[in-house]
Amino acid sequence: MSTTFKHSSLAANGVAYGIVLGGALIMLAPFYFMFVFATHSDREILSLPPPLWFGDNFMANVRLLVEKLPFFWHNLGWSLYVAVAVTAANLFLCSLAGYAFAMFEFRFKDKLFLFVMATMLLPAFVGMIPTVITMSWLGWLNQPKALIVPAACTALGVFMMRQYITSAIPRDLIDAARIDGCGEFGIFFRIVLPLITPALGTLGLVTFIGSWNNFMGPLIVMRDMEMFTVPLALRALQGTGQTPWGAICAGSSIAVLPLLVMFVMASRRLIEGLTAGAVKA
Amino acid sequence: MAESKPSTPLTGAKSTPVPRKRKPLHFRDVAPYVFISPFFVLFFVFGLFPLLFSVYLSLHRWDPAAGLSAMNFVGLENYIFVITNDDWFHTSLYNTVWLALVSGLPQHLVALPLAFFLHTAFGRWRNSVVGAYFLPFITSTVAISLVFSSLFSRDFGVVNATLTALHDIPGLGWLFPADKIDWGQPQYTKWMISFVVWWRFVGWNTVLYLSAMQTIPKDLFEAATMDGARPWQQFRHVCLPLLRPMVFFAVTLTIIGNLQLFEEPFILTGGTGGIDQAGKTAAMHMYATAFVDGDFGTASAIAWLLFMLIAAVTWANNRFLGQNDKKA
Repeated sequence: MSTTFKHSSLAANGVAYGIVLGGALIMLAPFYFMFVFATHSDREILSLPPPLWFGDNFMANVRLLVEKLPFFWHNLGWSLYVAVAVTAANLFLCSLAGYAFAMFEFRFKDKLFLFVMATMLLPAFVGMIPTVITMSWLGWLNQPKALIVPAACTALGVFMMRQYITSAIPRDLIDAARIDGCGEFGIFFRIVLPLITPALGTLGLVTFIGSWNNFMGPLIVMRDMEMFTVPLALRALQGTGQTPWGAICAGSSIAVLPLLVMFVMASRRLIEGLTAGAVKA
Repeated sequence: MAESKPSTPLTGAKSTPVPRKRKPLHFRDVAPYVFISPFFVLFFVFGLFPLLFSVYLSLHRWDPAAGLSAMNFVGLENYIFVITNDDWFHTSLYNTVWLALVSGLPQHLVALPLAFFLHTAFGRWRNSVVGAYFLPFITSTVAISLVFSSLFSRDFGVVNATLTALHDIPGLGWLFPADKIDWGQPQYTKWMISFVVWWRFVGWNTVLYLSAMQTIPKDLFEAATMDGARPWQQFRHVCLPLLRPMVFFAVTLTIIGNLQLFEEPFILTGGTGGIDQAGKTAAMHMYATAFVDGDFGTASAIAWLLFMLIAAVTWANNRFLGQNDKKA
């Protein structure tokens, strides 16, 4: 606790605290209403004043949701499957590449790494159209691998792992293992991986959340309702006629809840991971 | 960057030339290449190749239904059409820039003082407050934009209910509308989208500024306090000058991100762009041109024009606001 504000009047300080906490409420309010509306019927949501406390209509909303989206549990399953697969692939491939960039000397190393960093500058939307065409040539449309394989090793992940391995593992350790006759893959699996678990956790969280929330990817490669991920399925509720707000909020709650749990459990690490590329670059 | 030079053989004493023996190739020598190959293979197949194909595509007229043979080379026609004749493109570009400014500037105007206040005055609860502000950044854009659609509804939405309630406050009431606003009307659509984008990213920027402030030596602030600098003066004369690089960086990120805006406006306008296309961004227009009209050539041209715009703005930003530390 610093004493910077010694000079400022109590009143001014109080106002400043009030504004900051009010802002925090504005940040949290949409989540609160999402959970509250998820437990009310549409008629209750559409009344004035809107409900401010929880009702008992949650299961009915979920039933309505599944009625409108017959594949909702499939969609949830695909979301989870894709997120887990992408995360596992990234943890393995990014740490492998990061390890090479951090601990080896080889020709063109710096140029190759610069190239990896440069790929981060390409905006996602430029690849949108050709990606669809590529996927249709490969016959991957409507298949989860269309979302998993292209995202299996991200530049940001390689960068994060290289940073961490450079700072966390002494080269002598690797050399000692070599002298002891350990193979290259053996060194990676037995020595490097166990030592970088904190960074793996951070990268895992960030990757999982990115995949879970991904909208543009599935929007262009998934054509059948059955293969939709959760964000796509929720969007399908926007259709014509009377919007089922209760069902939408119930579905959104189900989509957001895992993220909230992760955030509460590991907010510091998550914030660090998400800003790693920005702050250290 | 830790760099150890590969050891060069000592070139002191000239020895008699020895016939060069080929070193047996160890896996160790190729291991790093093997380890980094997945990234490069994936990038070439799913990153670079599609991009090059999209350049090729933007120079052709093509009906995807007719197969690859139906590609007609038309040179820069797609680009010329988009620049001169595509009214929706002009509208969407205007919308994009409008949204980028109106949602982008307030993010930083709020995030900077907020980060300063959190950094200097908050003790125990700091992490919780930072968490609350950061939370919008990690949630599913689609889910939360859908929730916002309901909050912004005209007759029963929480936003209008709040605003009209605030209108009844004596003295400050005139700041708020007396009647319910129809956020679906073209003159309001962009404000609604801007608010959601601002809401999502203000915490992200706050965290960036906080992390930059943590690198400022504490004794600078203490010295300023000793000299009797008020909080505002400390912010103005200690914090801001030292944060310049981070401000520049964060603003650049906002510009690049906002010019690509897609998800929030797409969901908030139900995928349509809203009445009079008031909420249609350039990325949405590209999407519609490709997947609604089936015009892949024109859509690719739009993509590259938008890319060039982003590159130009980034370059100009660097050139004029970048590391010109002549200003003390």
